Amino acid sequence: MAKLDMDAEGGPKFMADPFEIPDIKCGAMEDLESYMAHPKHNTDLGFPGELIDNWQEVAIAKIGELAEKNRAFQVYLDSCVKCGACTDKCHYFLGTGDPKNMPVARQDLLRSVYRRYYTFAGKNFPWLVGARDLTREVLDEWYNYYHQCSQCRRCSVFCPYGIDTAEISMAAREIMNTVGLGQKYCNEIIAKAKDVGNNLGMNPKALRATLEDLEEDLEEETGLSIRIPLDEKGADILLITPSADFFAEPHIDGLLGYAKVFHEAGVTWTVSSYASEAANFGMFIGSYENMRTLSLRIRQAAEDLGVKRIVFGECGHAWRVAYSFLNTLAGPFDFLDQNYPIPQHIMEFTHDMILKGELNFDKSRNDHIRLTYHDSCNVARGAGMGGYEGGQFDLPREVLKACCNYYFDMDRDTTHESTFCCGGGGGLLTDDLMDLRVKGASPRMTAFNEVAEEHGVTHLAAICAICKTQFSKVMPKYGYEMDSILSVHQLVASALIMTGQVIEEDTAPEGDGVATEVIS
Amino acid sequence: MGGIDVTAVLYAFLFYIATFLLVFGTGMKIRRYAKAPAPLKIPTMPAPRTLKGVYFRMFREVVLFESLFKSNKWIWLFGYLFHLGMLVVLLRHIRYFTFNIWWWVELVQPFGIYASYLMIIGLIGLLVRRFTVERVRYITSPSDYLMLLLLIGIAGSGMLMKFVLPTDIIMVKGFFLGLMRFQINDLPSSPILLVHLGSVAFLMIIFPISKLLHGPGIFFSPTRYQIDNSREKRHIVPWAKKLEE
Repeated sequence: MAKLDMDAEGGPKFMADPFEIPDIKCGAMEDLESYMAHPKHNTDLGFPGELIDNWQEVAIAKIGELAEKNRAFQVYLDSCVKCGACTDKCHYFLGTGDPKNMPVARQDLLRSVYRRYYTFAGKNFPWLVGARDLTREVLDEWYNYYHQCSQCRRCSVFCPYGIDTAEISMAAREIMNTVGLGQKYCNEIIAKAKDVGNNLGMNPKALRATLEDLEEDLEEETGLSIRIPLDEKGADILLITPSADFFAEPHIDGLLGYAKVFHEAGVTWTVSSYASEAANFGMFIGSYENMRTLSLRIRQAAEDLGVKRIVFGECGHAWRVAYSFLNTLAGPFDFLDQNYPIPQHIMEFTHDMILKGELNFDKSRNDHIRLTYHDSCNVARGAGMGGYEGGQFDLPREVLKACCNYYFDMDRDTTHESTFCCGGGGGLLTDDLMDLRVKGASPRMTAFNEVAEEHGVTHLAAICAICKTQFSKVMPKYGYEMDSILSVHQLVASALIMTGQVIEEDTAPEGDGVATEVIS
Repeated sequence: MGGIDVTAVLYAFLFYIATFLLVFGTGMKIRRYAKAPAPLKIPTMPAPRTLKGVYFRMFREVVLFESLFKSNKWIWLFGYLFHLGMLVVLLRHIRYFTFNIWWWVELVQPFGIYASYLMIIGLIGLLVRRFTVERVRYITSPSDYLMLLLLIGIAGSGMLMKFVLPTDIIMVKGFFLGLMRFQINDLPSSPILLVHLGSVAFLMIIFPISKLLHGPGIFFSPTRYQIDNSREKRHIVPWAKKLEE
């Protein structure tokens, strides 16, 4: 299958199995420092531009404030018994062997400081309970290792108390931002989204031009006038999708898929230029206020356009924010049609259509693909789907099986609620962290390689913009083509026979999984 | 006997203080957990969609250690043996605090003896793991070892009195029944008993300021107690509500 033509030393490699526990390599990743944010981006987000003079005092006070404002933070700092259950659950630990990437050790970076200033034992007997002063070295260590957590929550599944390292990591980033220590990738993106409405900083004019180009592509492919409307007042549905869907591969093919499904469903829909972003990086930096500001843009767009429903495109953490937080952050949504879930996932929409028998598939068009599905962590462990427990696992698989003949699941302990992160989530999808991203992908890549060898699986489908970008960068390092990663709605689109679409006989599908039928 | 049993007086005060600190300290902590709002819905999915479902999930966590079982069979086995053993042993000890022994406490008595074996096996297993597994050793602080040693000391001294050097348990019962009525009765002058009782009192004292808080903590863990109904029911906490004004 995959040919590993990477450097022997330190390069990416498959593990014996996805759960192989590495030897501990202290300090292996201690020098990996993600770029710091430009002062302007920090201030755009309401934080000090640079590290403030009394940072120590402010950071300690912030720990106390968060403990009072956030039950999870308080309870999780107190409850850990160091049982070790989580120590082999983080993909970054499995991939790097750095012990500070074990979830409990990552929590302890902050817990040790909390204990020093807020607990009896830590104040009086720091050596006994591993408490330590907040020094500059500790702050730098926070910065490096809290930007080596993708907030995927796999550890929280296995903790006997449900301790969620993502909560600690978000709080740590919030504390660091409060003293003026922001990360470039996250803060720059949030600043753009707050200013322009999407993470790319793509203005409405450019967005309109892009969507018009895509409409032309669709017409060329199908001979039908399939629209991707922008800012159309009175449409039934507002589509909120990650801006990567407008420009990146394989994301775009997913967007074309939504357009086809909406067209086939006969609903009116629109994208908004004001809220042209599903992703909400406010979550990654643990900032309720920033997350709320970005969410309110969606509400505003829905009100301004007078839509009845909101549907989200394929984006993992966006779906967590949408499903779990949106009602809190920007609700109540009394003005929308209460007969539909608010918000709804495109997968729920398409699944409904399939159940109603309104989508006509020719599965054989995907026969050149042997497929598996990657459960994105924020969808799997941070959200739901379909209105029942576990729907987020079934719906995508049912949709995929409706449009593909060859579907195989990976090792059950690497899917569903136990899924391994792609290695690029949580605000780490930046080139300066590429080393971590490649290593952190190794459990997933190993599980993928297993089904590739066992079942001849050729492609991986996902419903997360970050996963898609990460895999298209990382899979080549593991010997797979960059287009081995597909959008779920890309597969829907390529198998979907549109009403009124005339199909030429004997069109051999191409090997890259992109629908290329010629229409007469 | 005649005269004042100084040891009994000391231990009486020790237990009054320990009980006060255990109840008051843990109560304060629980109050703190209860008062801190959970601003967002963060149940680890898939999560129950009804309150009944949450009760069931919590039951499985607390009674069966479900997540731990999924995670690591060895930790689960040793942890479970220890906690289960301790529970039965504690139930067995109820007889020291009631004048007439309740029927079901009577029933538990023989099981309590076997349970002490489970408890000590579990504790030793956890201790051995702590220094033999590299990852676990890395995350261990001195207090983590000491906590296990303290519990082993309590279980060990108790078993020693049961199996090797019996003490006058009627007198011990008289001491505790007395404490409950605010009178100080004599205590057998057995060093093992004093070690046993002293360690128990110490454990009670450190309960609210140590990792033993995982006991109440689990009930306040949002990833475990929250219901998956965020789309259907709006969840908002007071400090977040203020942002809307």
